[in-house]
Amino acid sequence: MAGIGGAVTTGRKARWTVLNVLVVAYALFPVLWIVSLSFKTKETLGDGNFIPRAWTFDNYAAIFSTTEFVRALVNSIGIALIATAVAVVFGTMAAYAIARLDFPGKRLLVGVSLLIAMFPQISLVSPLFEIERGLGLFDTWLGLILPYITFALPLAIYTLSAFFREIPWELEKAAKMDGATPGQAFRRVIAPLAAPGVFTTAILVFIFCWNDFLFAISLTSTESSRTVPVALSFFTGGSQFEDPTGSIAAAAVVITIPIILFVLFFQRRIVAGLTSGAVKG
Amino acid sequence: MAEIVLDSVTKQYPDGAVAVRDVDIEIADGEFIILVGPSGCGKSTTLNMIAGLEDITSGELRIGGERVNERAPKDRDIAMVFQSYALYPHMTVKENMAFPLRLAKVDDATVEKKVRDAAEILDLTQHLDRKPSNLSGGQRQRVAMGRAIVRSPKAFLMDEPLSNLDAKLRVQMRTSVSRLQKQLGTTTVYVTHDQTEAMTLGDRVVVMRGGAVQQIGAPQFLYDNPANLFVAGFIGSPAMNFVPAALEDGTLRSALGDVPLTDRVRGLLEGTEAPREVIMGLRPEHFEDARLVEDHVRSTGATFTNQVDVLESMGSDKFAYFSLSGEQATSAELAELAADAGSADVPGGGVSLVARISATSTAVVGEPAEIWFDADKVQLFDPNNGRNLTYRG
Ligand SMILES: Nc1ncnc2c1ncn2[C@@H]1O[C@H](COP(=O)(O)OP(=O)(O)OP(=O)(O)O)[C@@H](O)[C@H]1O
Ligand SMILES: [Mg+2]
Repeated sequence: MAGIGGAVTTGRKARWTVLNVLVVAYALFPVLWIVSLSFKTKETLGDGNFIPRAWTFDNYAAIFSTTEFVRALVNSIGIALIATAVAVVFGTMAAYAIARLDFPGKRLLVGVSLLIAMFPQISLVSPLFEIERGLGLFDTWLGLILPYITFALPLAIYTLSAFFREIPWELEKAAKMDGATPGQAFRRVIAPLAAPGVFTTAILVFIFCWNDFLFAISLTSTESSRTVPVALSFFTGGSQFEDPTGSIAAAAVVITIPIILFVLFFQRRIVAGLTSGAVKG
Repeated sequence: MAEIVLDSVTKQYPDGAVAVRDVDIEIADGEFIILVGPSGCGKSTTLNMIAGLEDITSGELRIGGERVNERAPKDRDIAMVFQSYALYPHMTVKENMAFPLRLAKVDDATVEKKVRDAAEILDLTQHLDRKPSNLSGGQRQRVAMGRAIVRSPKAFLMDEPLSNLDAKLRVQMRTSVSRLQKQLGTTTVYVTHDQTEAMTLGDRVVVMRGGAVQQIGAPQFLYDNPANLFVAGFIGSPAMNFVPAALEDGTLRSALGDVPLTDRVRGLLEGTEAPREVIMGLRPEHFEDARLVEDHVRSTGATFTNQVDVLESMGSDKFAYFSLSGEQATSAELAELAADAGSADVPGGGVSLVARISATSTAVVGEPAEIWFDADKVQLFDPNNGRNLTYRG
């Protein structure tokens, strides 16, 4: 019995493993190809080999030697972090109110935020361009942070209110009875329990800001606020006749690193079932 | 510690539902009081109003002589134990119990000491560093108690704190709750719909129905002198038997035969406007196998003979179930009780009766048995308003 059972599970395991490897390989192949490109020398760039025949770090050295890229990296990190922080803080408060309180205009608020999330961004680009030029926000960090927050907030509110609804109401009542002010109850009981939701939201919002190309290319014009996705598209190589493929590949690899770090850092905090044990049944 | 007074307290929810109507309860300092009643009768609402978790629509709530209607829960100095325990899952047992003290800005050494003491009392010392999710139901329950007792509040409020435990643990915890309350001497309001808990735990019991208080009194007093049909049917397990009867010239005619009223009953009835049609209430223990009743006792009651439907032997005694021919007693109160017990749909084939008879009885299922009952213990109720006509208040 045990032998047969064991064989079955081993067989299943093997099949799953093969399937997983296939899916992961399919998804990661383009990424690996870019990585491979970024390590190739100019001469071997077009040889079609997956494993570079001649390895070089020149592409990386090149992009980091230009202020164009380094400055864009700083802009990207700064803008994405600020937008994420603001969206998550306001999103948390709004989601809490939506999940817990009954206030006039609640449905309207939810409806409007849904509307914003569905609004095609491309149709907002020209008006935003005009408005930001008028307000002097064009080509500034704030000029990008504001639209990012606008589009990230609905996302944050939706994700977070789902998490808040999972937290038993009674915990809050218990905190009140234990002598907590509403603020204390929120900070010391509700917020820690909503943490997985907050981190999940932070990751989603960060990725959204980090990857944005449309707003970044339309609302910036100089290095002072240009983000990496845009800077990449401006890469020209050392001289007019140089092929920038190697540099672009290297830059593409570099900009995935913060995302991976961000996800890894927060993922450890996304512990499933954090609320288990609070209430019975 | 303090006394708690509810002075015609009413609660109307925003949707218009009146959950609690004109409730007057005076709870003495150190008293253990039980709120009991069927589901939806407003027990939790009453408790939440005392706690401050629900606003009071009208009336006054006083704790220690001061009006507290407008005070936030944290300013009432009351601790609450929830049915679901509501432990903070991200904190250890120790942090859970220390939480109220931390909020009160008590210094570390005192917190440590108080938590240790509470853990000692509740036998939680070896679990202090564990998270609630790793505890058994009984242990979680004790942590919830611990969180309530650490800060020595003026009163404890408990909303069905034992109802999530299995039967055996519930009995065990019942005793410890009772002991704990006696030991601490803290005013306690305890909500339950388990009438065993109601009978065994409290100094006094408040029976509620549809948002109104039916009767307040010591458990034994309520058992012996229910103010109305509802209390009579609610308190006691198995429940009191109700048989329709007619009062004629000092004789009670019913499916149990004709019985002359005893002097005690006659005395109690005097001065009340007793209708002709009444409902007769008899507790199961006031029946006995007629063969086991000595002659001089026999004359104080009456006997009837009926087939035994079911016989349950409990070891110490037997429960005999009969169904008598005739109409079932009907009243709004009884219908509600039946609905609460989930027996509303049982097709009524006459009057069903439960008798607790001696274990030595030789009654046999399916055979007729002669059963004696103590006519002096009869309670008579007005079927129209449920009032106990033989109430000694
Ligand atoms: N938030 C609310 N809004 C409207 N009506 C409510 C609300 N909470 C409770 N009620 C109503 O008030 C009545 C009393 O409810 P309550 O929770 O106090 O009952 P209970 O006696 O505790 O019952 P149970 O034994 O089932 O816990 C019920 O009829 C219920 O439907
Ligand atoms: Mg309740």
